Amino acid sequence: MSKMHVKMTVNGKEVEALAEPRTLLIHFLREDQRLTGPHIGCDTGHCGACTVDMEGKSVKSCMTFVGQSNGKSVTTIEGIAHPDGTLHALQEAFREHHGLQCGFCTPGMITRAHRLLQENPSPTEEEIRYGISGNLCRCTGYQNIVKAITVAADMLNAQEAAE
Amino acid sequence: MIPGSFDYHRPQSVSEAVGMLAEMGDDAIIVAGGHSLIPMMKLRMALPEHLIDIQDISDIKGISVSGSEVAIGAMVTQAELVASEDVHAVCPILRETALQIADPQIRNVGTVGGNVANGDPGNDMPALMQALDATFVLAGGSGSRDVKARDFYEAAFFTAREEGEILTAIKFTAPPAGHGYSYMKQKRKIGDYATAAAAVMLTLNNGTVSSASIGLTNVADTPLYAEAAVAALVGSSLDDASIKAAVDAAKSITDPAMDGRGPKEFRTHIAGVMVERAIRAAAANAA
Repeated sequence: MSKMHVKMTVNGKEVEALAEPRTLLIHFLREDQRLTGPHIGCDTGHCGACTVDMEGKSVKSCMTFVGQSNGKSVTTIEGIAHPDGTLHALQEAFREHHGLQCGFCTPGMITRAHRLLQENPSPTEEEIRYGISGNLCRCTGYQNIVKAITVAADMLNAQEAAE
Repeated sequence: MIPGSFDYHRPQSVSEAVGMLAEMGDDAIIVAGGHSLIPMMKLRMALPEHLIDIQDISDIKGISVSGSEVAIGAMVTQAELVASEDVHAVCPILRETALQIADPQIRNVGTVGGNVANGDPGNDMPALMQALDATFVLAGGSGSRDVKARDFYEAAFFTAREEGEILTAIKFTAPPAGHGYSYMKQKRKIGDYATAAAAVMLTLNNGTVSSASIGLTNVADTPLYAEAAVAALVGSSLDDASIKAAVDAAKSITDPAMDGRGPKEFRTHIAGVMVERAIRAAAANAA
């Protein structure tokens, strides 16, 4: 079982590595690329803490082998803030509206919400709840997460209108 | 949880993939989205030496709709099926069903082909394919063959697919325009398999049922086509007695396992509730 050559774009940067084919994308990101934002929660595809963006779609990186992502573009929570280091509207809104308690689900939650707002820039509360149904939070009861995403959507839409 | 070691392959055509299967035999497993297989590999219940990833094979990706004839490539994801306006225009039950499978991330990766080919009685598409009387296209070393969905499922995880074959497409004829439809699924939470679910399609002609079909999910070792329940509906005016006869006929063919979703009797009961709700919802949206 030889190692395979993998090449992908992670947060806008080309990366190359040798990896065992059985390496899961989450392990590649955390251990090889030292991107420890995406978390390993349930390790069974249920909780969504490992959510990353791949080719413009939200996916669970604990359910993806590194070979399946070969040649693709991946964005993690580390790639969500603006290049100058200022926070994205979602990150601001999660902080401002207390959209987290322990914070374990937050990277996956924000990465998913980031894609959701591109799929649907003005979601209703029901659409937000359905859109983040692959991300579990055991602390908040979701109330403030939904509120933070709603506020972030308004902020982004206002920014867009101002431009 | 770390899966066992394997070699990874990405063939570019169906014939290349079939050739790999022929060469590697039962040491190889096909992976499409992988969301059923990878958990099994993590538990080491699946230990392939070779993983054949079919994501690059363009022939098994698209959706084509020509009149009422629909063909869905095996690698089409649930999200792509949901997004297809062409499919929705002729057969809206597909979107309704796909939206009740798993969660957004999993629908982005999980494929329709994997859902029907895996043979897991918990999967939702197989019962729908019973109701649609769909045909599965299997490619193997000696060419391609068609198998009816109603002949495909033999037991849990055992299907008519031979070891050297790959499911490449799903074909069916959409029911007549104006048909009523509903997929009713009882589940404990988003992402769960059904406690029981029912797919119902029917056509009304002046208030009388001229054609119908009913499929059942996760209430036996295989998806079920509820033939006697269909017979109870066709020719009726969907009066309470006919609906009750259909529900009773559907319940009588169930043989669910007891699991965390409830004891056998409960799941059979829920199957009846789902059938009744789906019949009433289909009657309400039929033109």
